[in-house]
Amino acid sequence: MEFFDFNLPSYSWQTVLGSAISGVFLGSIYALVALGLTLIYGVLHIINFAHGALLMLAMYAVFYLWQGLGMDPYLAMVIVVPGGFIFGYLLQRGVIGKASHGRDEITLLVTLGLSIIIENAALFFFSATERSVRVPYDLDGFDLGVTFVVYPELAALGGSLVITFLLWLFMTNTDTGKAIRAVAKQRQGARLVGINVEHIFAVSFGIGVACVAAAASLLVPTYPVHPQIGYLFVLIAFTVVVLGGMGSFVGALVGGFLIGIFEQLGRLYMGESLGVITISVIFILVLLFRPSGLFGKPAG
Amino acid sequence: MLEVRNISKRFGGLRAVSNATLSVPEGKIVSLIGPNGAGKTTLFALISGFLKPNEGEINFQGRDISGWQPHQVCQLGLVRTFQIVRPFANLTVSENIAVGAHTWIAKRSQAMEKAAQIAGLVGMQEMLDQPAGALTIAGRKRLELARALATEPKLLLLDEVMAGLNTTEIHEIVEVVQGIRDSGVTILLIEHVMQAVMSLSDYSYVINQGEMIAEGVPREVTRDPNVIEAYLGHGAAQRIAAMEARSDA
Amino acid sequence: MNSRGQLLGLCVLMAMLAIVPLFVTSGRWIEFLELTLFVAVLGQGWNVLAGYGGQYSFGHAVFFGTGAYLQALLQFKFGWSPWVTLWFAMSGTMLVATGIGYLSFRYGLRGSYFALITLAFAEAFHVLARSLDSITEGGRGVQLNLNQDPARAIAEFQFNFSGPFLKAYGFYYTIFIILLVTYTLTWLMANSRFGAQLVAVRENEEAAMALGIDTFRVKMKAICLSALITSSAGVYYVQKFLFIEPGIAYGPAKSVEALFAPIIGGLGTIVGPLLGSFFIHGVGEGAKEVIVHFVGDRPGVDLIFFAIILILVLAYLPRGLYGLLEMLWMRLRDKYHA
Repeated sequence: MEFFDFNLPSYSWQTVLGSAISGVFLGSIYALVALGLTLIYGVLHIINFAHGALLMLAMYAVFYLWQGLGMDPYLAMVIVVPGGFIFGYLLQRGVIGKASHGRDEITLLVTLGLSIIIENAALFFFSATERSVRVPYDLDGFDLGVTFVVYPELAALGGSLVITFLLWLFMTNTDTGKAIRAVAKQRQGARLVGINVEHIFAVSFGIGVACVAAAASLLVPTYPVHPQIGYLFVLIAFTVVVLGGMGSFVGALVGGFLIGIFEQLGRLYMGESLGVITISVIFILVLLFRPSGLFGKPAG
Repeated sequence: MLEVRNISKRFGGLRAVSNATLSVPEGKIVSLIGPNGAGKTTLFALISGFLKPNEGEINFQGRDISGWQPHQVCQLGLVRTFQIVRPFANLTVSENIAVGAHTWIAKRSQAMEKAAQIAGLVGMQEMLDQPAGALTIAGRKRLELARALATEPKLLLLDEVMAGLNTTEIHEIVEVVQGIRDSGVTILLIEHVMQAVMSLSDYSYVINQGEMIAEGVPREVTRDPNVIEAYLGHGAAQRIAAMEARSDA
Repeated sequence: MNSRGQLLGLCVLMAMLAIVPLFVTSGRWIEFLELTLFVAVLGQGWNVLAGYGGQYSFGHAVFFGTGAYLQALLQFKFGWSPWVTLWFAMSGTMLVATGIGYLSFRYGLRGSYFALITLAFAEAFHVLARSLDSITEGGRGVQLNLNQDPARAIAEFQFNFSGPFLKAYGFYYTIFIILLVTYTLTWLMANSRFGAQLVAVRENEEAAMALGIDTFRVKMKAICLSALITSSAGVYYVQKFLFIEPGIAYGPAKSVEALFAPIIGGLGTIVGPLLGSFFIHGVGEGAKEVIVHFVGDRPGVDLIFFAIILILVLAYLPRGLYGLLEMLWMRLRDKYHA
């Protein structure tokens, strides 16, 4: 009976490096998804279980814009990002905030319920068949020697970095951004100086969803869309956020890249099937030994 | 019964408690007083096992309990209450107290009986079926006390059990506490309500900014200039002495 | 409602369920009841840990799946009797629970962090079940042999080929007896010293510690009891359907099913998961008929319905259906006793 094959296959350093580099590109998407999640946690202190489902919804939006209007997925950002913001704002203000009574576990359950509704509604309306977007440039790219980088991957990396930077600018230089940081730090105090906390919560949630919408736009050229894709991303997003530190932007970026790299290396050494266990393992290890993550505030 | 020697606790750079020493003789009521933020509750947390001291030792009935876990400390007979009350909100008053009784009683029905009995001691016998979450602050304080009592403590650490009570309620609680002492339980209490401190305690320790600054019989301790300064600010002792000198003259 | 009243209500319910076969002969309704009781058992497992213990697990499938896989694999690979394998299935799952519990509770994980780590464990087991082909048969799943000899129906714990009574009601009574045993265990737990300490930990962990409760040990016992109950549902599943594969065993579906029923029925009550299961499946069936009538039969529609009810219950009915019934009972009682 053959158990594990404990002899790790040996690869050339070029293969390993190539794997790592593709992990960086993958990781940039993870980082963008995680950015929204970490913002929502940092401000509202809720873990948004529906994050993956919202990503899936945004991806369908991008797909149908492409199919119906022939719109380029990257261009579609102009529509889905504001749309995502509005949807997120209404969701928090109208549903999540109302149902949760402010309790941690209840919010988690409410967002779980939402994710189920969204996923099954997608199943109902869009059916389970995978949809793919074909753009004329999705197989073009350039050769790095150790690996071949296609333009969509490059766009994903670039897009993530740009959006993170823009978000950082927003948070540090605008009044709303400062209000958000105030609420994240000291809810009661923010209320006392006249900040409308419920509004800020909804804005933060909206921004979180907007980030996810942007990530969707960047993902669609390389990932086929189907209703279950949200569930796949949820655990990854959580792992990134926990690894990077809840509420930390830098953490989401660094965490995203690290997870992307680890996942690709895991796939390389343990095979496609077993490789994805690296994510669960990292998640468990971080939660046990360093729950505040790399950049989060240490507990107690 | 309780000997705390040279206890220190640091949080990062902050010295919450420095080199504190106190002792509580069996059968007495000892009070721990001091301005807000002085480190009183931290000291309680250290004694009862919720925090580990950086230095020093804690001896209960001759046993070194520094570093013990809270539930182990409770099972030895040293029980604390919390400054910010922690009722089991969704349970009834009697169910709350029964949890304390279960420390030594295994049967549910027996524990509930004991709970009813203890409730009577603190005057809550009419409220047994009320959910704890619906109680007033006074009720919750009494519940906290009753729960601790149900564990049959030898030494009770009471943390501001009178805070938020009106004069009548304070009188009642003072009587209850005296009754507890008379039944053989030793008490160490943190209190701000001075009349309670004076009427209840045999001995007092004063802590300020993590350090013990005075100890003695309550009457003497409240006259100690260091203590007055701690509460009323720098130079207050001299001003009060001057005022008294003028009014005597 | 006092303890006596609750016990009476529970006994009445159980008695009704016991004699149901006398009145119900349609196969479809028996299937409905089997499913309802199955989810009621699954939900009670979750309820013990979450409702009574306050630890919300999002990966409860890990206990269902391990119970199911052990039950299936020990028969499949070694040919053991299902009556023997079920003990190993349940104790093996409790061992897993000890591991997960030790890691989670030793490191002080609570609230959302606990929910997430259980999710991670379920996913990890899912991947392992799919990948460790040689042990678990991987994605193929484990298919048990159908016993076609009626004389061996009970020995093989399969009732598809057996005498008329067992053929119609064998599985029903199996899940009913499992329900009876697990609910009795829960009742005994809830009314014991352990139960009182468990809810104390749920309500306020620090206060519980101050009152002499070893909260780590209490939580460990709770997760083991929870795993025991949940794994029995896994054992039943394997005997009834003779098939298990990674997605069914460890996928999110069972984790979600496990929490729907107790939350809707009433968290932290004994009868909650049963009430919730009846509501979900009863009303769900009815609602599904209506929806199918209008929009056709599409997968997942019922889940949308249940999730909406979940959110509504969380928002407006924190004590679930049980709380609602209790309130109505109190009103009725006041009306006639005043």
